[in-house]
Amino acid sequence: MKKIHFSEWGIDSPRYWGMLALLGAFVAVAGLSVLYMEHNGHWVTGMTNQIVWGMPHVFAIFLIVAASGALNVASIGTAFDKKVYKPLGRLSALLAITLLAGGLAVLVLDLGQPGRLLIAMTHYNFKSIFAWNIYLYMGFMAVVALYIWFMMDWRMNKYYKPVGILAFLWRIILTTGTGSIFGFIVARQGYDAAILAPMFVIMSFAYGLAVYILVLMFTFKVDGREIGDVVLRRLKNLLGVFAAAVFYFTLVYHLTNLYGTENHAYEAFILRDGGIYTLLFWGGWVFVGCLLPIGIVYHPALGKTRGGIIAAATAVILGGLATVYVIVIGGQAFPMAIFPGKTIVASGFFDGVNGQPFLYSPTLAETLLGIGGIALTLLLTFIAIRVLRFLPTSLANEVADPHYAKS
Amino acid sequence: MSKLEQEGRREFLKKAAAGTVVTLAPGVMLHSLSAEAAPRTEPVTGKVRWGMLIDANKCAEGCNDCVAACDKENGLNLVDMPEGADESLWERQRPRWIRQITLKDNLTGRLTSLPMMCQHCEEPPCADVCPTGASFRRADGIVMVDRHICIGCRYCMMACPYKARSFIHAEVAEKLTHTPRGKGCVESCNFCVHRLDNGQTTTACQDACKHQAIIFGDLNDPQSAVSQALKKYPSVAIRDDLKLNPGVRYSNI
Repeated sequence: MKKIHFSEWGIDSPRYWGMLALLGAFVAVAGLSVLYMEHNGHWVTGMTNQIVWGMPHVFAIFLIVAASGALNVASIGTAFDKKVYKPLGRLSALLAITLLAGGLAVLVLDLGQPGRLLIAMTHYNFKSIFAWNIYLYMGFMAVVALYIWFMMDWRMNKYYKPVGILAFLWRIILTTGTGSIFGFIVARQGYDAAILAPMFVIMSFAYGLAVYILVLMFTFKVDGREIGDVVLRRLKNLLGVFAAAVFYFTLVYHLTNLYGTENHAYEAFILRDGGIYTLLFWGGWVFVGCLLPIGIVYHPALGKTRGGIIAAATAVILGGLATVYVIVIGGQAFPMAIFPGKTIVASGFFDGVNGQPFLYSPTLAETLLGIGGIALTLLLTFIAIRVLRFLPTSLANEVADPHYAKS
Repeated sequence: MSKLEQEGRREFLKKAAAGTVVTLAPGVMLHSLSAEAAPRTEPVTGKVRWGMLIDANKCAEGCNDCVAACDKENGLNLVDMPEGADESLWERQRPRWIRQITLKDNLTGRLTSLPMMCQHCEEPPCADVCPTGASFRRADGIVMVDRHICIGCRYCMMACPYKARSFIHAEVAEKLTHTPRGKGCVESCNFCVHRLDNGQTTTACQDACKHQAIIFGDLNDPQSAVSQALKKYPSVAIRDDLKLNPGVRYSNI
């Protein structure tokens, strides 16, 4: 293994500014969507008094979950001392911050009163996991920023490992907190399960790594930097393990639900009768998000190709968005069991008459806001790697593989 | 100094004085008014716990009187559908504090009608999850929203087991002084808190129910009508399994 050098992203200016302009346009469109939604009120969205969290939350939660997962690559290098991961740490930590920034921006801009953000920073109810999350998110950004500094500055190198371990522990707590937002909701059949917290942690591993792989391959490709098979093989095998772990948690979550009669109606809704939610569960969550990437990654031929790795990572991301959609929207669409043992046959406020699920069709504005979050993440990432030395000049086998000399 | 200039100055001073009076007077008025309303500045105490007993046998299917009365009392009838909104979508977005529900027992097929609103839990999940503390429970048992610090995150709506809360989806042109309402905040039934704070002891829904299906009062006072009725008739709390100890109880469901 040779000494690793880092350098700024060196692609030529027209191409760079073109990319920034394109991403900036998406962010601007998202900004206009926010103005439109905030000016009119949420009646211009598909969200209602039944489906209170919609498309913006799907994107925001996906990005926030992916943020903590993106840090994994750095953690494996620092907290678990895997040498081959060390050069990958800077970009990993950067993506953790930019993904979180993108997700939080979407979340905050969907508030009914986004202007009252200062109130959220000054008034706390510490029994609320939401309030804790505000600290966890802000603290995460600060700890990871420190981590990046210590990784980059050789004078701070001796503190780099403790901060790396702190960042790793922080991220586990953070995603546990995000999963608990749903896990703590006792009122709804699809939530109120302790398994949601660790399931969110494992989902974060998969989504964050998938985003990391795609950003790494793209930034290296356009800049003419080399990634050797040693690094890619490790990353894609890890992705396969994470996708399999998500599948395992999915199985346990639904199988334990199926055991208890009280959850049968909810399970029938998600697994069999839920229309779009059933389709997204089997097609998106299970097939595209889990089985397809596992199949590609461990396929003897496909798994070795770069196209295969890109396809697997893309599938994990698309499947992940479907997963979050089924959890967030599907969980609300299923009517709450307010009167167990009884069926509501008439209601003046849409109580799921005769067990009918609640309707939700996202509008363009709220979807554009969500997509804007992804654009913001990439925009911030591309600016950062252009001005600071986040990317190794090469990840070729002879540079990145600690066992290269021996083999 | 010419006469003309002097007159101009005099005129200016007059106008300035008039302006000052116009600016300050409302403040002085308000100050004196609030001084008169001193008892209302005293904090509510836990000596009282407001609660309700609803007799589903008396509640008539198809009757909507309590809903109409609540809408009028709390200005919900003033919330207009925004121009260009889709009517069926707006129906799912407009606020409602109380609603009429008809239930069918899955085994016996028996039909029951009842009004449903915020159940004013002793341990309200909405207040537990609210990040800023905007959702809160008053000492006298009323669960309500502080509209000054509600950021509109809707986590309380996710957490409420009774689906009792509404988000204000559009600008509200006209509102009542005692029920301020703003786009982007969450709200729900507050037992007509403005009435109680002014010394009244009934809610609008109770007054409107000609079948006398709703009894409202102080659960802590053993002599109150609601306490007497609760002692006399069997009653249940909805979602009793959650152990939230709601202030609203039902009989005959």
